[in-house]
Amino acid sequence: MNTSAVAGQKRVVFSGLVLPYLLLAPQLIITVVFFFWPAAQALWQSTQMQDAFGIGSEFVGLENFTTLFSTPEYLASFRLTAAFSTAVAVSGLVIALLLAVMANRVIRAATAYKTLLIWPYAVAPAIAAVLWLFLFSPAVGILALALRHVGVDWNHLLNGDQAFLLVVITSVWKQVSYNFLFFLAGLQSIPRSLLEAAAIDGAGPWRRFRTIVFPLLSPTTFFLLVVNVIYAFFDTFAVIDAATQGGPGGQTAVLVYKVYQDGFKGLDFGSSAAQSVVLMLIVTVLTVMQFRFIDRRVQY
Amino acid sequence: MIERRPMLDLLAHLILLIGVLLVAFPVYVTFVASTQTAAEVQQAPMSLLPGSHLIENYTQVITGGSNTGSSAPVGRMMWVSLITALVISIGKISISLLSAFAVVYFRFPGRMLCFWMIFVTLMLPVEVRISPTYQVVAGLGLLNSYAGLTLPLIASATATFLFRQFFMTVPDELAEAARIDGASPMRFFRDILLPLSRTSIAALFVIQFIYGWNQYLWPLLVTTQEDMYPVVIGIRRMIAGGDAATEWNLVMATAMLAMLPPAAVVVLMQRWFVKGLVDAEK
Amino acid sequence: MRIRLHFRQYVLGLAGAVAVASAAPALAATEIQLWHAMTGALNERIVGLTEEFNKSQSDYHVNPVYKGSYPEALNAGIAAFRAGTAPHILQVFEVGTATMMNAKGAIKPVEVMMKEAGEPFDRTAYVPAVAGYYATANGQLASFPFNSSTPVFYYNKDAFAKAGLDPEAPPKTWTELAVAAAKLKSSGQRCGYTTTWPSWIQLETFSAWHNVEYATKNNGFGGLDARLKINSPLHVRHIENLANLSKQGLFTYGGRGNAAVSRFFSGECAMLTESSSGYANIKKNATFKFGIASLPYYPDVAGAPQNTIIGGASLWVFANKTAPEYKGVAKFFSYLSKPEVQAKWHQETGYLPVTTAAYDLTRKSGFYKQNPGTDVSVEQMIVKITDKSRGVRLGFLPQIRDVTEEELENVWAGKQTAKQGLDRAVQRGDELLTRFERGNR
Repeated sequence: MNTSAVAGQKRVVFSGLVLPYLLLAPQLIITVVFFFWPAAQALWQSTQMQDAFGIGSEFVGLENFTTLFSTPEYLASFRLTAAFSTAVAVSGLVIALLLAVMANRVIRAATAYKTLLIWPYAVAPAIAAVLWLFLFSPAVGILALALRHVGVDWNHLLNGDQAFLLVVITSVWKQVSYNFLFFLAGLQSIPRSLLEAAAIDGAGPWRRFRTIVFPLLSPTTFFLLVVNVIYAFFDTFAVIDAATQGGPGGQTAVLVYKVYQDGFKGLDFGSSAAQSVVLMLIVTVLTVMQFRFIDRRVQY
Repeated sequence: MIERRPMLDLLAHLILLIGVLLVAFPVYVTFVASTQTAAEVQQAPMSLLPGSHLIENYTQVITGGSNTGSSAPVGRMMWVSLITALVISIGKISISLLSAFAVVYFRFPGRMLCFWMIFVTLMLPVEVRISPTYQVVAGLGLLNSYAGLTLPLIASATATFLFRQFFMTVPDELAEAARIDGASPMRFFRDILLPLSRTSIAALFVIQFIYGWNQYLWPLLVTTQEDMYPVVIGIRRMIAGGDAATEWNLVMATAMLAMLPPAAVVVLMQRWFVKGLVDAEK
Repeated sequence: MRIRLHFRQYVLGLAGAVAVASAAPALAATEIQLWHAMTGALNERIVGLTEEFNKSQSDYHVNPVYKGSYPEALNAGIAAFRAGTAPHILQVFEVGTATMMNAKGAIKPVEVMMKEAGEPFDRTAYVPAVAGYYATANGQLASFPFNSSTPVFYYNKDAFAKAGLDPEAPPKTWTELAVAAAKLKSSGQRCGYTTTWPSWIQLETFSAWHNVEYATKNNGFGGLDARLKINSPLHVRHIENLANLSKQGLFTYGGRGNAAVSRFFSGECAMLTESSSGYANIKKNATFKFGIASLPYYPDVAGAPQNTIIGGASLWVFANKTAPEYKGVAKFFSYLSKPEVQAKWHQETGYLPVTTAAYDLTRKSGFYKQNPGTDVSVEQMIVKITDKSRGVRLGFLPQIRDVTEEELENVWAGKQTAKQGLDRAVQRGDELLTRFERGNR
């Protein structure tokens, strides 16, 4: 919309040397104390081999990393994570955008739709996964029994593809309401006058969406893309732990689940720290790429 | 509405109905389970029609029925959750608005560094930093306090990022005009930027309130008194892990109760979206 | 603490003046923190136990705090120890035993603490197979065996009758089990046999029950350089047997942990191996008559059946606390060891009685007659244990279990043979053991 905003620059800026730092101070202080300090510790820990209580530790340099990359299970987890994150981010965004556009269109029962679509987000993650497991449990779950009824033998305990599908569905479900909310907020801040003008010029709904709505939504879409990729990478271990525990045979053990499994459940802090360093590097590269290639094209 | 297209409206309703069915189905199952007896819930397949034990189950949960495993009263846990959720959401939005304003509207040495410093915090798995963070909080003497429960969760890359994205879409002419009028940056922030950000703030408040409300792992670590436990821990404590029978009907009833405040926030905040719609209509 | 808490709230200004309900415990009583992972009805029981103890005297006040699942509670304890705010007592699941045992300087062995506190303590009063698992190399009790369970065999009597099997004669051997499963199947039963906790029951307990090694160095009791032995011919034979049963549809894999239990009480599977502590859950949900029996075994293996091994958790005491606090902990443990307290705990929960006196008391009360089968678990345990049947004490045991579960799943899915799966499990497990050995040197 505004050419001056290319590459994240505002043309009009305020002057002041102290004020911006004051504005940033609360955020930065909390970030340094509660993120950078612990992160530095994690980095240090990735070079250590130590017992759970931290009583004895030994500096091992990069050995934790070399051990990791020599295990086939860890390498297999990379491919898995790529497939998983793509599936979660793409389907989560597409479904939410479709629903948001539709919800923004209808007048009747609009509030009811919106409430029902956002409400599931209020389900605590700790409970959401239990709930889905409850539905898909091969022996007693309603959905599993329904699938059996139509001839699908649902057994995610042994069928890796079904297990993968289950964790993707659960993860997407948890994120759809979030995406929906932001798309809706984005759609509602688009000036009606623009759309009306286009309609008068004879542009149909699809053309209006393509030429006006979607470009104007692009900052929101970009924001959600970044957030969803990070969500898929980092926030899905609880779902996986409750639904499949990485199984069957490691076929749903994405990278972050392995961090959780080895570090939190297994108390192998050295390996777990090394894994999270790897994970952070991947996501940093991904995010920088997203910023370089997509943020520039996003229209502000 | 711009034009009438009955077929398209019908399609929209159809898609929304399917969406609602899929998305809200688990919530419905939760509700149904909360109205049945424990034995009914365990049946295969369990009935999808509401049972007849609604009042009984909810009364038992609210009054702290003796065999539920939740000796701490639900009321107290809901209160802790409420305070935590409010402090986290308001705190996050405040500091994120300020820092996004600084990053977008000022040029100063280290601007991008600051932005990336905040942004990179999105990428730290909680489990990895949870032990060191705990040590920091313990060192500051904040265990068992609302400050300890909330402060480490207040820094928000997500919110800062969102406001940055939003501020970029605000026309430059507004800032230009403010500068010509001699308005101070903070005045511009308060009188122009804040009202414009209303929809985003409302959306973010919903998200962050729910995020704060649903915290589980962190409160579990930093509190050592059960009277500082939020309601989510209370629910987890009712779900028997492995050895004992879980009374799913009561768990689901508590889960439904725990969902009410976030749901109320959703409904309340929707007014703001609608208002945004009305404003845009003008 | 309370004052500072209020102060911070004011400083924060966001929370406003939120008063914290200050239900301070009775003055002067020494506070003992007990961090546990007991959920549901068990949570009620542990709270009840501490309340009874607190009422029984006025010097000490035990404060039970739920700290999430077993892994979460252990993490909370470790984080607290590292920050210098450890509780007095921490409940740790049995797979965490090696981690705790090797935390030199972090823990105080229970037997040492009892002696120092001047509390009477008789090692021989405890059930050997239970106490032996939590003993140090020199036989001292390191942690208090609070809640122990062991795998037993459950079967659906109604389904047995329907299939023309004798409901009072459950299969004793794996061969008999296969025959029974086939008969059940042909009588219309969807699934013959399933198991919970596959690693714990089909490999760890299986080894002890047949008196073969799970790992070298007496299953890890003899040192950190232990390595896995679960690819022995007997292990391979057993897993192969299960894989064949699975192919014929006689054995159904029901998932990790105790997920499979619902297949039993829903009536889908007619036979189940599951923890003795699952009794209450099964009793509550099963709509048919069921029986409990000893685990099946291979009769041609010399020494089988030996004894089963325990699961569950024990209570660990942290180091660097004051003498009065230790005195309180010791008094609390003495209270928990009382025959009547133990007997009640055993009868209400299905956990094993820790002392032989509690077992005798329960037997005399006629409890086992009224609840047939509830003594199977104890009978499986009350034998003289061997070096191979004491239990499994390996570092990183939680991950080793995950590894074996993964490899077993690939065997059930037909992706690899039993031999390949177990070889792979040994190789991956040994890598973990090597790491643990280095980290704890």
